[in-house]
Parts: sequence; structure tokens; C-alpha cells
Amino acid sequence: MANYRDIIASYQDKPGGIIEAYHALQEEFNYIPREAIDEVARVFGVSEAQAYGVATFYSYLSVEPRGKYIIRMCESAPCHVAGADEVIKAFENHLGIKVGETTADGKFTLELTQCIGQCQGIPVITINRVPYEGISPDQVPMILEKCK
Amino acid sequence: MAEEVRIVLRNADKIDPNNVDDYINAGGYQALEKVRGMDPKAVIEEVKKANVRGRGGAGFNAGLKWSFVPPADVKYVVCNLDEGEPGTYKDRTIVQKDPQTVLEGMAICGHAIGSKQGYIYCRGEYPYVVEQLNQAIDQAKAKGVLGDFDIEVRMGAGAYVCGEETALIESIEGHRGEPRFKPPFPGVEGLWAKPTVVNNVETFANLPEIINKGADWFASIGAPNYPGTKVLTLTGDVVNRVPIEVPTNTTIREVIYEFGGGIRNGRKFKAVQIGGTSGGFIPESLLDTPIDFDSMSSIGATLGTGAVFIMDDTRDIVDIVTRISKFFEHESCGKCNPCREGTFRCYEIMKKINRGAASAKDIDNIVLLARVMQKAALCGLGQAAPGPIMTTLQHFRHEYERKLV
Ligand SMILES: Cc1cc2nc3c(=O)[nH]c(=O)nc-3n(C[C@H](O)[C@H](O)[C@H](O)COP(=O)(O)O)c2cc1C
Ligand code: SF4
Ligand code: FES
Repeated sequence: MANYRDIIASYQDKPGGIIEAYHALQEEFNYIPREAIDEVARVFGVSEAQAYGVATFYSYLSVEPRGKYIIRMCESAPCHVAGADEVIKAFENHLGIKVGETTADGKFTLELTQCIGQCQGIPVITINRVPYEGISPDQVPMILEKCK
Repeated sequence: MAEEVRIVLRNADKIDPNNVDDYINAGGYQALEKVRGMDPKAVIEEVKKANVRGRGGAGFNAGLKWSFVPPADVKYVVCNLDEGEPGTYKDRTIVQKDPQTVLEGMAICGHAIGSKQGYIYCRGEYPYVVEQLNQAIDQAKAKGVLGDFDIEVRMGAGAYVCGEETALIESIEGHRGEPRFKPPFPGVEGLWAKPTVVNNVETFANLPEIINKGADWFASIGAPNYPGTKVLTLTGDVVNRVPIEVPTNTTIREVIYEFGGGIRNGRKFKAVQIGGTSGGFIPESLLDTPIDFDSMSSIGATLGTGAVFIMDDTRDIVDIVTRISKFFEHESCGKCNPCREGTFRCYEIMKKINRGAASAKDIDNIVLLARVMQKAALCGLGQAAPGPIMTTLQHFRHEYERKLV
């Protein structure tokens, strides 16, 4: 696993590169560890409060550890009318967790998101950023099965 | 039968979008070559005369915006690919089908305003688009077609408000994406305090053809006050959920019934919301309105991003507006009071109405609150957030009254 210091160092010359650094950190660790935020503050010359403030402003970035598979359900109006609530319930039932939680084995995290720009295929989910269209509750077991 | 007119999507599905040679063989980069032989002021005049109005929602004449840029040592061109407005997938479609036309448009703007550095701010939900754009930029650079104009892609991280141009600039600078007070406008003082032109993807994608075929050609298409075409994205209870590009004098009815193929499952139409989740709801009686910016404003609706969200007669308007209120409560950046508190209270009252626990007094309160937000919120998010509530109270009030105690 790459060292968070090396990841951050590779962005330090990029003006305004904090968010790019956070993306890279999250790509590696699935979330942004506390030590990394302190290091970002030091490298980019901002206060720890500011660095933390940036990390927590954006819904895509997480400062909490999450599962290997992050499943996000779009809950914006078009997906809502297409049955997003039923799909999310099916995920909750099959995984035994609520939205915002991670399964005990660290495999799945369930999150809600706003529109992900795939509204031709409502309702839409993403698994680790890859969109899947036209999801119905009965497909949920198969989707989970495929996540090895 | 109404037909599509393709300017922005002229190359879509005809060329390999990931091969710059295909774009060049289809006439790509001739417009940039042409403007390089022109005085920058003349380029701005031509774009102004074409009257291409911003396709990101505000509808401001692009050439006029560029003309406000003062002399400076460094200036920036920023392409807004944040596309967070629910129901919208047009900018993604444009870039996926023809990324080079967006790059060429940015470089044309670069020449016109005297900028050597462009940024594309792409939403975090589109990592595959970021990859595609980086590849397109590499190819264009290798061909030398961009000359000394450089373009860098930056990725957002899931904040709708970052589509607002000053919040977007804050985000590129590496900060929380909170909107700035205006003035100064970005054209004068934007990214790193330098003059910065922010335009939408679709606005840039229109430029090569405007230069190739001339301002008069462009100005003669569609509605006179908002000429050209608009890329619309259909979603909801419509047969064809597709992107289309139509002249701006096309009516909403044509969009839904001719291009969209009508309502799904043989049901009847109830409402359509155009322009994204902050857009107004439109009833059957107004469907013969053309989609251009000014016609939409005249019926209290918006063209916005061109999202077209269609609802059939089984849909519960109050429930949908409650969900929309949740969106704004979630996406409010919290910088200003009318919006931070207002979106929270709007959602609270909408939930109360939706579960059948509200009285007529709650409706009076939400209307009052909406007026305060429209007048006092700092940025467009808070100002537009009550739009769906107000327009549904106007056109679908019975659906609210049915739920009151
Ligand atoms: C809350 C909010 C979100 C916005 N989101 C976008 C967006 O995703 N894309 C966009 O081009 N413009 C968006 N805008 C409009 C921009 O502030 C700006 O007007 C636009 O990018 C200018 O480009 P144009 O003149 O070519 O339309 C948004 C505005 C607000 C207030
Ligand atoms: S209106 Fe809302 S989103 Fe805009 S600055 Fe105020 S709190 Fe932030
Ligand atoms: S509304 Fe769900 S993807 Fe756009």
C-alpha cells in the first residue's frame, strides 16, 4: 500500500491541488485517514481545520473508513419516481444494514447520492463509481452476489 | 414532424470521439485556425452577434461576457462540466460523443480573451469522462492543434453548489466550494484573482460552428431572442429517455410527444419539470410554449440546463416536491442564512404536508419563506430552491389541499 506522504507529495506543486490529493488518497485507502489530513494541511500550508473543512465539505470524500464495495443509490426526483426507495430497502434488507452503514465484514457500504447524470436509465446505482441502470429490487441479490 | 438540428452534436455517432484525426477529418480545428487569423476583438464581436446565450442556465450572451474581461498578464478560460442538476446528462453526452469540439471551443475563447490556460471542472461522478478528456487533450497536444493553449482537467467531489461559477473557482483553488459575493464578477476577478471566463460545455461546443458558418447563420436558427439549438435530456415517464438537440423554437409538446414518443405505459400526462430540479413545474395547458429562455421565463418556468422530467397522471406532486426539498436541504452550502435555514425549513414543512399533518397555515408559511429565500439568498441555489414549491402551488394546488388536515 502506498504511503500517504508520497501520495500527498506528488500533488504539492499543483496550485489548489488539495482536492486532487484527497481523490488520490481515497482511491488508495477508500477514505481519507486523519493523519493524511494533518499531512495535507502541513504540505499545502493551511490550518488543520481548513484541511478538514475541505475534506468534509464534499459528499464524495469520506473521513470514515468504508467497505470494499461502496454502493450508492441515486435519490433525486427522477430516480425517486422510478422506485429508488424500494431498491434501497432491498439493499438494506439483504445486507442487514441501514443507509450510511458498513457491513461487519467490511465488504459493503450503503450510501445515498444525488443525481449522477445517468437519468436515461432511472433508477441508477453506482458501485465504486461505476453506474448501473434500471435497477429493480429483485436484481439486488444478483448484484451483491457479483461483488466478490 | 419536428426534426432535430445538430450543431453541438453534429459529429455524434459519426466519428470516433476518441480519435483526434477523425475530428480533424470532419472539419475540426478549422474554426480555431480561422480565429487565429482574426483580431481577438473581431472574434468577440462575432460571438456577440451570434447571440449565443449561456447554455448552463443563466442565458447570458457569451460574447458580451467575454467583452468585459480587462487586460491582465494572466487570464483563464474555465469550462463548467459540473452538471449536477438532477435530470441532466447533456454535458456528459456532448463530451463523450465529441470531446474535441469542446476543447476547440475553449481554445477559440482563449484566443478571443487572450488566455493561454484553460481548466475543465468535471464533476466527481464522471471519472470516466475525466479520463476521456485527458486522452483527448493529449491527442490534441500531440497534433499541435491547440497551439500554446493549455487545458487541465480538475475533478469535483460531489457538491452541487460547485456548479455555481464562483464556488467552482473556489473548488479549483482547493477550498470548500462556497460561492463568493459578486461583484467582482469572475470575468474581472476570478481564479486566483485573475480575469476568468466561465462557460458551460454546451456553450463552448457551439463556438466552432459559429465561427465556421458565421454569426448570421447561427442567429437565424430557432427563436430570435435565444437562437441556435438546445440539447435536452429526457427522463421520467416518457417513452424515449434520450438526449436530443432541437432548435430553440421547438415547443414543449413537440419535445414530449414527437421526440419523446409520449407518455410511458399508455398513461396520461400530468406535469413536466424543465431545467433541472430547481425548474418550475409545467401543466398541460402550457405545453405549447417554445423552450427558448425567454418564452419559458414568461410562463414562470425555466429552460435551465434543458433537463426534461416528465410525470404521468399517477405521480404524487407533493411527494416529488418533498424529495426535491430534501435535495436542496442537502446541497445548501450553509454560507448564508436564508438558504441554510430556509432549505431546512422548506423540507420540514414539505414533509409535514406530505404525511398529511399540515394545515393551511403551513402553506402560508412556506410561501412567505420562499419569498424571503428568492430575495435574500446569496447565490442561485437558495434563490431557485423554492421554485418547484411555488410553481406546484400555482398549478397543482389541489394536490396540496388534498393532504391538509
Ligand atoms: C447552484 C448552481 C449550480 C450551477 N450548476 C451549473 C452547472 O452544473 N453547469 C453549468 O454550466 N452552470 C451551472 N451554474 C451556472 C454557472 O454559475 C454559470 O452561470 C455558468 O457556468 C456560465 O456558463 P454559461 O454562460 O455558458 O451558461 C450553476 C449555478 C448555480 C447557482
Ligand atoms: S444560497 Fe445556499 S448555496 Fe448559495 S451561498 Fe447561500 S447557503 Fe450557500
Ligand atoms: S436522477 Fe438519478 S441519475 Fe439522474
